[in-house]
Amino acid sequence: MDCSGEEKAPSRPLSRGELLKRAGLVGAAAAVPAALAPDPALAQEELVQLQQMKALSPGEAATIGAVCDRLIPSDSTGPGAREANVIRYIDRALAGDLAMFRSSYTAAAVALDAYSQSKYGGGFAALSTTQQDAVLTDMDLNRATGFSPNAKAVFEMIRTHAVQGMFGDPAHGGNTNFVGWKLVRFPGPRLVISARDQRLDVVPRSNLKSTYSNPLFRARASRRD
Amino acid sequence: MPEMMQQADVVVVGLGAAGGTAVWPLANAGMKVVGIDAGPRLKVSDYPFDEITSAMRNEYGRYKSNQEVPTTRPNARVAATRPLGATGPMINAVGGTSIHWMTQSWRFLPWNFKTVSMSKARYGPNAIPKDSTSIDWPFDLAEIEPYYDKHEYFAGVSGQAGNIQGTIDPRGNVFEGPRRRGYPLPPLRNSGFTDMMSAAAKAAGWHPYPGPAGIRSKAYRGKAGCTYCGFCGSTGCYTNAKVQTNVDYIPLAEKTKNLKIVTLADVLRVEVDDQGRATGVLYLKNGREYFQPAKVVVLAGYTYGNSRLLFLSTSKAYPNGLSNNHGQVGKHYIAHGLGSAGATGWFPGKRLNRYSGTLGQYTAFDDLDADNFDHSGLGFIGGGMCSATMEAKPIATANTTPPSVARWGSSWKAWLAQNADTVAGVGAQLEVLSYEDNFLDLDPAVRDPLGRPVIRITNDFHDNERRLSDYVQKKMVDWLKAAGAAEVWTAAPGARSLSTHAYGGTRMGDDPNVNVVDRWGMSHEVQNLAVMGGSTFPSSAGRNPTQTIQATAWRTADHIVQNFKTIAD
Repeated sequence: MDCSGEEKAPSRPLSRGELLKRAGLVGAAAAVPAALAPDPALAQEELVQLQQMKALSPGEAATIGAVCDRLIPSDSTGPGAREANVIRYIDRALAGDLAMFRSSYTAAAVALDAYSQSKYGGGFAALSTTQQDAVLTDMDLNRATGFSPNAKAVFEMIRTHAVQGMFGDPAHGGNTNFVGWKLVRFPGPRLVISARDQRLDVVPRSNLKSTYSNPLFRARASRRD
Repeated sequence: MPEMMQQADVVVVGLGAAGGTAVWPLANAGMKVVGIDAGPRLKVSDYPFDEITSAMRNEYGRYKSNQEVPTTRPNARVAATRPLGATGPMINAVGGTSIHWMTQSWRFLPWNFKTVSMSKARYGPNAIPKDSTSIDWPFDLAEIEPYYDKHEYFAGVSGQAGNIQGTIDPRGNVFEGPRRRGYPLPPLRNSGFTDMMSAAAKAAGWHPYPGPAGIRSKAYRGKAGCTYCGFCGSTGCYTNAKVQTNVDYIPLAEKTKNLKIVTLADVLRVEVDDQGRATGVLYLKNGREYFQPAKVVVLAGYTYGNSRLLFLSTSKAYPNGLSNNHGQVGKHYIAHGLGSAGATGWFPGKRLNRYSGTLGQYTAFDDLDADNFDHSGLGFIGGGMCSATMEAKPIATANTTPPSVARWGSSWKAWLAQNADTVAGVGAQLEVLSYEDNFLDLDPAVRDPLGRPVIRITNDFHDNERRLSDYVQKKMVDWLKAAGAAEVWTAAPGARSLSTHAYGGTRMGDDPNVNVVDRWGMSHEVQNLAVMGGSTFPSSAGRNPTQTIQATAWRTADHIVQNFKTIAD
């Protein structure tokens, strides 16, 4: 494990990998540096969540969640996949409409951890962010080995679903607190849009709500999942 | 044994743009009509503003379209494939994809009906590539114009006329063919973005106009006007401002009491008698088989579905599929290479406010379409209508970044935070010719859950289309730059994938040796079988097909009514 000291901000919450290691849910052997003290509330919440996945095992969720956290990082630009709950979106999707991808995600998590192990000596979730980014770059450039059908395809599958979870309607489990919509300046679903709000450089009226909070579509919401 | 239903005068398979329009003139004329659709009835509360269920998952394709997604390959030398999780191009519902369509509601140009003869007349006998199988339509614009007009007024199409009985109006499309009168409704309003792109097009010497829309710009015949809500394409209209056959035609047809609708039913095959005449259709509903006898059978599915049902309906009289004794089913397949003659531009610091409106709210020009420019020495014929539209959505926006920007990580995210809603694409829909080696057949390996083969698409651009695409794409780059884009990028040309603009497979034409249906849409081989939709188009034209699908479907329905005794005899 890389202990080079990056991201040692004291307030940083435990990563999913670290969390799971503590909980004994993943097998990576390296110890968590004591300096990385978790935010106990958030850590507990995440741990509970990982154990409540509908489709993914806690270990799979840790690995795939860690990928999402690097694809859409929480950084100076603002909240990322973690705050948006992108892994919850993916999990719910795999338990529902996107069930055809279920086995691909199991294989992806295994291959990610195996490649990470061979390259850096730990499961993906246990690597430093620099190492994680290097693994993802290897996948993006289709240099990483051991993936089916290939690393690039797996990268694109996870990226596609991560982007959906970040920027889709929060009713599907992601985009919590509309962090994705705020990032791309989407004003939310509006039944009527004025001529003024279609002019250049105007700041349009916003309505940051799930479409299913509208009484017109509430009945549909109950048919979700 | 299937349960026997009461005989109908006409059974219509598929209640989308084509079938959903045709049932009105049929039922209104007193025909006893049964309409069968694979999907349910949808209502306005079934159209939430949800990019995931609509654009990403094609939720209402689950009943059929998503279960029989065709495989694709660029040529017959390689194996056809289908991506995991691929969804169908259409939805299944009473109203079909006329519920989900993108609402650009066009008449074709006069040239589109006579591409082959007019190209040869102007550029010589070699103007059409040797390996092309393209033919002229068996009729011209003047013959279909009454049906364009009927539809525009019946449903309420919005637009600005450019040519009323030969008098050109520069506010509209100066290249359009003559129309008997203007649109019943004014065009949808301009936005800041469409104004900006229209001004840039004008400055480049082109002739932009507000494109016609199958959306009521104002209340019309008791139906509401558009609210520019921004969730229009890939979903239905919550306020019924959109032209949808389940709003505009089917309810009126049902009111006549002459239309019976069967929902959630999958038509398995068309049955024939010993003389080779269609006797009705066999369908599956809730796990039970039913036989719907009819004097006339109308296939009104999407392009892939029409060819597939004919291929699957084998019999002694038609061993290679219904109406396929001349081997023409699946042939002359054409697909617009959507997006392949497009370009995307970044306008730093400009908030475009494209999270609003509809794809039918657009500025368009025809200067690069059809034969509206001199093709001498260019190495291709045809062109495409070019447009800049509204209606961006958040997931698509997050995926539309310049190639100079990383596609993930902090730099991508920072770019989005700075620049979301400053990016817009423009594009042309290219007229594509048909070729011997672009065709549909049944996939030898991939099957639907009932075990029936799916369609296999073998399709790629030829040199004519590659040159055309290159030519138009450069102009799209120029257009964006003229409008002030700081960076412009393009995608590689290609036409392999599934298309919502797919044509052919049951081509219409006078010669039974190279066409499946005649000029009226009636099968050359099966006297009482009609086929409707884009599958009958001899050419793609360089613009959206829906209004022409509706006009030709109405025309075929009128033909059936007027000649019922002969056809059903």
